[in-house]
This record gives sequence, structure tokens and C-alpha cells, in this order.
Amino acid sequence: MSIKVRIPTPLQKLTQDRAEVEANAKNVQDLIEQLNKSYPGIKDRICDENGSIRRFVNIFVNEEDFRFLKKEQTPLKDGDEVSIVPAIAGG
Amino acid sequence: MGYVKGLKCRECAKTYPAEAIYVCEFCFGSLEVDYDYEAIRKVLTRKKIESGPSSLWRYRDLLPINGEPTVGFYSGFTPLVKANRLAEELGVRELYIKDDSVCHPTLSFKDRVVAVALSKAKELGFDTVACASTGNLANAVSAHGAWAGLKRYIFIPHDLEQAKVLGTLVYAPNLITVRGNYDDVNRLCSEIAAKYNWAFVNINIRPYYAEGSKTFGFEVAEQLGWRTPDHLVCPAASGSLLVKIWKGFKEFEKLGLIGPVKTALHCAQPQGCSPIAEAILSKSDAIRLVRPKTIAKSLAIGNPADGYYARDAVNASGGTAGIASDEEIVEGIQLLAKTEGIFTETAGGVTVAVAKKLIEEGKIAKNQSVVIAITGNGLKTQEAIQSSLGGALEIDPQLKSFEEKVLISSKL
Repeated sequence: MSIKVRIPTPLQKLTQDRAEVEANAKNVQDLIEQLNKSYPGIKDRICDENGSIRRFVNIFVNEEDFRFLKKEQTPLKDGDEVSIVPAIAGG
Repeated sequence: MGYVKGLKCRECAKTYPAEAIYVCEFCFGSLEVDYDYEAIRKVLTRKKIESGPSSLWRYRDLLPINGEPTVGFYSGFTPLVKANRLAEELGVRELYIKDDSVCHPTLSFKDRVVAVALSKAKELGFDTVACASTGNLANAVSAHGAWAGLKRYIFIPHDLEQAKVLGTLVYAPNLITVRGNYDDVNRLCSEIAAKYNWAFVNINIRPYYAEGSKTFGFEVAEQLGWRTPDHLVCPAASGSLLVKIWKGFKEFEKLGLIGPVKTALHCAQPQGCSPIAEAILSKSDAIRLVRPKTIAKSLAIGNPADGYYARDAVNASGGTAGIASDEEIVEGIQLLAKTEGIFTETAGGVTVAVAKKLIEEGKIAKNQSVVIAITGNGLKTQEAIQSSLGGALEIDPQLKSFEEKVLISSKL
């Protein structure tokens, strides 16, 4: 078991065109570090120069917006589904 | 011919070709259409616009298509109504209603954005269009898409007003109701858009789609006699309309079609879903997400895509924001109807209520010109006011019954 991560189109060049990848991590922050080990450069896309998740990136843990949870510290466990989604959509 | 140079990231200015993409690969910023304004300046005049069609396509030189428009030939160019009775009621000198409650064919401003989005989608070679909608967009994509012969997948929250559901189904699209709120629908659609090669008008076609909203601002300026008002009150859901009205005014200014823009742009949101208005009023850096709870379902976006840009446009214009409660929304709908004979939906009730507040608070001076943006039709949200309206008088088909029940009761 591990965490399933859905990758948005703008990042799929870094994941060899894969729309879904798997990772092991204890929280959202750690997940980004782990993804960056497997797919170098992905962290710089998701996070700004201070290491914070960019305001135009939404991350959902089991369909819930991480900003409603514990943000970067939102805990993750095996079987969780994480979706990284550009914020500029809808309306 | 068109004047689109390509797409450009609003955050980092990286450029992209004009394809069906919407996000900067490098910083996740929003992509925006980049025009060749020098070339446009050489050809675009007030006279050229005035001799164009009576639709939003009269501004075609400032819209992001390359060939001729193919969808929405009758959309836009809605009335700018001089609202004397409402002006008197609110205590302002010069008041107008920009009335998109009568936009062709689905009675909301979404007919504008969809006319542009579907013309672009066809140009890009798509045969299937889709959207995430709070209702008005669902109506517009379904109707325009039917006319254009496109396959349609429409995603809406499960609890929309009946008229918005029916007013979508009648055009026979694939209508999918999602068990969740609009923000859930939007996330799901972003995931679907990443996997299926469809033209999602407000996702991968969004840079083009959103440009259609500029025409609301263009029309206000043209219909006022090539000037912008001192104040414009605009409802906000994602914030995109407000951003694009401001952009439209600034484009006209840049091209010398109007003088300097001195309009204060005000953001109107409902209590229970006012993340943009709250950020403006509290001068906060961050837009704080909310879980919407309001009767103004067309404004119920808790995570607004253009929230930051809407806040910036309001601040750049010297405007402010206002928030209307459910009760004030219902009063706003009725006030507009009984003074101006215009029946707007709940979003319009928000805008009227907020305009009233801003005038009462002195944020809109009584001797200045004001435009209220009415974006949708009241027949679509009848549930919201049903219990607030008095009933009809019922009589027998006899003169006596009329005199007893109608004349006597109206004398009381």
C-alpha cells in the first residue's frame, strides 16, 4: 500500500507523462519532498522560493482541500488519494 | 484576421502558443491571451465598432479568435437601462442597469463567454465541449453547443435550482449532477479535463472563454457614449467577470477609444460565500477559502479562481466591496423589479443590495454615475423569492365579486 497521487497535465512532463504516481509520505510537505526525489524539479513547480505551496496550486487529500485541513502538515497514510490541481479553473 | 500573439503567464510572463492550455507549466500562474495592440490600434475605431453587428462580436478585434466567429451571433449587446426610479429610491443622480438578464439565448452573461469559448473550441478542432457550472453556464454551453452541433458534457452540483436544471436538459446535452458543491464539481472537472481531450470551456479553454466577459465592459463604455461610469458594482463568484470588465475598460483607454478610466469597481458577494469581498474589506493578503452557504447559488464558489486578480482590480480602481445577506438579496430582487421592471436572479439581488449599501455608506457619492451589473434572469431562481411575495386575489367571475374583493380590499 502507498499513497496515490494524481498529477496535473502541466507536471506530467516531469513524471514521464504519467497522470498518476505512487509515493510514501507522512504528510503533504513530506509528500512533495518524496515526489521531488523520484521526479526531480517537481518541488520547484509546486512550491514558491520560500518552499510554501504556491497560491495557484490546490492539493486535495481524499477530495478535501488541504487548506481546510492542516495545510502542509496534513497527515497522510497508506491508501490515501492525493490530487494536485491547478487553482485557475472554473467560474 | 485575428490579433492574438499567443498566451502569456500572468505571473511570470512566460509565453505559450494559443492552444487549449490554461496554466503556466513553470509557476502554475494563469495564462492570458496576449494581443498585438499596435496592430489593433491601426484598425480599430469607434466608427468601426458602431457599424459592427448588434452582438458582442462588434468587439471581435479584441476577442481571441483567428477566423470569423461561428457561435453566438445574437449574444451580448444587451440594454443599458437608465434607472430613474431606482436612482430616486437609492438617492443617486445617475444610475444605469446593464441588463444581461435578457442576453440571447439563455438569459445570462454566460452567453457572452460561451460564444467566444465555443468559437475558439471549433477553431481548435474540438467536437466535444464541457463545463463545470453553477447553472447559468450549463444553460449557455448546452444551448450554444446544440446550435453549433457539438457534443456536450455538463457538470453541475446536485442541488441547483430546478429552472437551471430544466433549462439545461431541454437542449439534450449529457448532464451530470455531482454529489458535492461547486468547488467539488470544479475539482472533479479539472481531473477529467486532464484525462480526456475535451474543450472544457472554463478549464482548458478558460483563457479564451474569460475574454468574452470584456464585452460586458466594452458595451457599458460604448452605451454611455464612450466613457466609463464613476462607479460599477459587479457580482463576483470566481471573480473573472470583474477582472475582465476592468481589463476591457483599460483596453479601450489604451487604444484611445475612451478617455482616462476613473471608474471605481466594487465587488458584490453574498454573505455565506464572500471570500473576495472579505479579503478586500479586511485588506488581507490571502483569499480565505469558505464552504458556501447562500441562496445566491450562482455565486457559491468558495475557492475563487480569480480571487486574487479580482481583489487587485478592485484595489487598482479605488473601489471597495460589499456583502449582502440572504434577506437583503431577496429585497434587492424585489426592489429592482418594482422600480425598473427587471426581474433578476439571486446574483442580481446581491448586486442591487450591495449598491444600496455602498450609497448609504457614502462610498458611492450621490452626485456620481453608477452602473449596476445585472448578470442573470429571475425566472431561473424563483425558489428564492417564492415565500416573500404576496399572493394574487382570487374572485368569482362576477362584477360583484370584483367590486367586493378587489376594490374594497385595495381601498383598505
